[in-house]
Amino acid sequence: MQKNTIQTECYHCHEKCDETVQIEGKSFCCEGCKQVYLLLSENNMCSYYDFDSQAGISAKGRFIDKRFAYLDTQEAIQKLATFRSDNLINVTFYLPQMHCASCVYLLENLHRINTGVIKSQTNFQRKEIFVSFNPSLVSLRKIVELLAFVGYEPQISLDDDQQLKKPVANSKQMIYKIGVAGFAFGNIMMLSFPDYFSGGNIDQHTLKFVFAYLSLTLSIPVLFWSASEFFISAWKGLRQGIVNIDAPIALASLITFSRSYYEIISGMGNGYLDSGTGIIFFMLIGRWFQQKTYDSFSFERDYKAYFPLGISRVLSDDSEEQSIISNLKVGDHIRVRNGEMVPADATLLSEKAYIDYSFISGEELPVSVSRESIVYAGGKQVGASIDLEIKHEVSQSYITQLWNNTAFRESKNKEQSFIHPWSRYFTLVLFSIALTASIYWYFHDQHEMWHVLTSVLIVACPCTLLLAATFTFGNMVRHFGRSKLYLKNNAVIESMAKVNTIVFDKTGTLTTHENALVEFKGPALTAQQWIIIKSIVSHSSHPLSRMIFKSIESDEIQMLNRFDEIKGKGIIAIVDGREWRIGSANFILDQETETVVNTTSVHIMADGIHLGYFAFKNRYREQLTKMVAALKSSNYELHVLSGDNNSERNVIETIFGKEAKILFNQTPQDKLDYIANLQSEAKRNVMMLGDGLNDAGALRQANVGIAVTDQTGLFTPACDAILEGQQIANLALFLRYAREEKLIVGASFVLSILYNIVGEAYAVTANLSPIVAAVLMPISSISVIAFVTALSTYRAKRVGLS
Amino acid sequence: MSVMLLLIGASILVAVGFLLAFLWSVKNGQYDDDYTPSIRMLFDNENSTNNHN
Repeated sequence: MQKNTIQTECYHCHEKCDETVQIEGKSFCCEGCKQVYLLLSENNMCSYYDFDSQAGISAKGRFIDKRFAYLDTQEAIQKLATFRSDNLINVTFYLPQMHCASCVYLLENLHRINTGVIKSQTNFQRKEIFVSFNPSLVSLRKIVELLAFVGYEPQISLDDDQQLKKPVANSKQMIYKIGVAGFAFGNIMMLSFPDYFSGGNIDQHTLKFVFAYLSLTLSIPVLFWSASEFFISAWKGLRQGIVNIDAPIALASLITFSRSYYEIISGMGNGYLDSGTGIIFFMLIGRWFQQKTYDSFSFERDYKAYFPLGISRVLSDDSEEQSIISNLKVGDHIRVRNGEMVPADATLLSEKAYIDYSFISGEELPVSVSRESIVYAGGKQVGASIDLEIKHEVSQSYITQLWNNTAFRESKNKEQSFIHPWSRYFTLVLFSIALTASIYWYFHDQHEMWHVLTSVLIVACPCTLLLAATFTFGNMVRHFGRSKLYLKNNAVIESMAKVNTIVFDKTGTLTTHENALVEFKGPALTAQQWIIIKSIVSHSSHPLSRMIFKSIESDEIQMLNRFDEIKGKGIIAIVDGREWRIGSANFILDQETETVVNTTSVHIMADGIHLGYFAFKNRYREQLTKMVAALKSSNYELHVLSGDNNSERNVIETIFGKEAKILFNQTPQDKLDYIANLQSEAKRNVMMLGDGLNDAGALRQANVGIAVTDQTGLFTPACDAILEGQQIANLALFLRYAREEKLIVGASFVLSILYNIVGEAYAVTANLSPIVAAVLMPISSISVIAFVTALSTYRAKRVGLS
Repeated sequence: MSVMLLLIGASILVAVGFLLAFLWSVKNGQYDDDYTPSIRMLFDNENSTNNHN
């Protein structure tokens, strides 16, 4: 089948389209896009189309009234509004569709479309819009509907609203802390110079006194405010009996600060407040750098975020009422409209329904369901609205059961860099060196003892090690991100390096959801027959009909004499006096069981003669063979799990080879168990690549779970990393780069150990004054950071990521 | 020597000024969004009511 090549481009959304709606000499792919254009032109806002050539978001299927009706409830307004008064409401929404300058233009000019909007302001990078409006002129629901109408449907979750605001405040506080620490560090450094240059003997005592106490004053906010999070987290760790990453930092700064305060107050010297504040300053910058790399991705999302928030409940007198999902009870009747998701397992009360389970199973073809059968939570209705009776409450439904599996409760990736156990020994070794040296000097030269003790502790600050790991991971996460693999946290790299078994999900991971292949099987048809088939299916809105329509290359459309669509079965049409039937096997062939093929198929019959059928095949991603070859050469064991039947066994075997383990008809629970089973074998670290909510359990169970998606930001089940679909071919490169981590951190480890040995050697022999030690400390930290950043960037280039 | 003290005082004062300026600018949201304003300025000629915080 060839694809249609002569197509028009929609003026609004730039989608290629076959049929167009014309107005003012411009073509649109659908009524929706035309309406959006009219709205913009009415308000003199056509320069929307000028800022970016790809402006406009397809408005197809966005017209569902009442979908946002729940926003009229006081409860919802209360939760979403950041400020609320009688004539002003402020809200912030997340708009994943925001993509170009034109979007900003349109969204910031909402007040021209609706006078009730007082101000709208976007944040392009965060993809957020802040709207203030006058509730006496326009309702919250109207605002959301307007946004959805022009193509930017806000992602609303009544649970998430608090989380949306928090990170901003947090990261701001972090910047304040860095600012204060940097300020104190710089000024104390300046005040310490005279002391360094005079070798610790400033003649003027007033000056010395002023320098010392000024430094002390400046350092107080750093110790008590900027460094507070290190102390708090170290203390929390100690109370649970764990020496965490922050413990050595807290200890080092505690020693540095208290020793310095002691020296200043007792009039012995100036202390090492410059290095003390320096440690805090650099550590905070390291943290900030780390946080920034994955700021824009939210991973741990509640399943509820994907569910609709409100649904129409049908009352006994057949009237409808809006209800919040969590208020639904067993036995309630609900009405689900086209495109809406079924919020809980329910039995169908209407005659027929087409349920699209792609959200759960990744299968893109809707399933037909008849009266009295169960519709599972997470399915989307395609077509006319249906009535359902709730069987289980939301939290007991099928998917939520899976989500509540223990695999979801345990937190994963506890593995920390191999440096952490070392740094614990490091602290012990350091303490014993310090102790031994002090005892030695206590008997030889008591005056030197304090100097030696402080020098030993300061010059050997374990921060270098921890900084090295933090910066290496931070930089690696950044490089992964540039290649479109977004990691949840640093520990994932360590887990990735250990992986030796890789499990793939088939649908959506190895195949793409876009452009499923439509193939006609049967004797060749004449051009006239093709035209007739295309004409017939053009009248049907069934997804399979749309796919057949798209696959037939022809510009002619023939008039039909009669057209009947039998829901769940197929189409009967009369063309030129001949009766055509297009539909499922049991509709056309009168067979109860489908013996012909395993794949989804649509059969064609003209005047009682079976002409053949259309088979729908998944399209595999490109370069899979290359990926498999690369993975095999690195000795990874490969498995494929599929929720589908085994009709595509041959295809998968040609890609993965005979020795790969391939299993079909796997339920989500099977996949989870399969991975748990693999993990029970010794020395097995499993990586799972999957998509869809049904893989969520397996992704969670695996040592590394990677969600493969074609639209990052749209769908991210709980996972360790998100991989953009086309990048799956580079999987071997990603794994190789993850393995480089040991090398890079190891190299920096050796470097800082060398620093430490040399420094310690000088320190214990009392050849290193604490002041020089304090200068060396930040220098060694900075050089180690520069070293790991350069090395990890270089290795990324070598591996082939750039 | 008192001139030294004076200078140190002055330098600290200047530094505090910069720190406050920095804190104020962060609080004021100047670093919240370093991209959108560059787009927003393109619309200026027909839209002037919408640019302030």
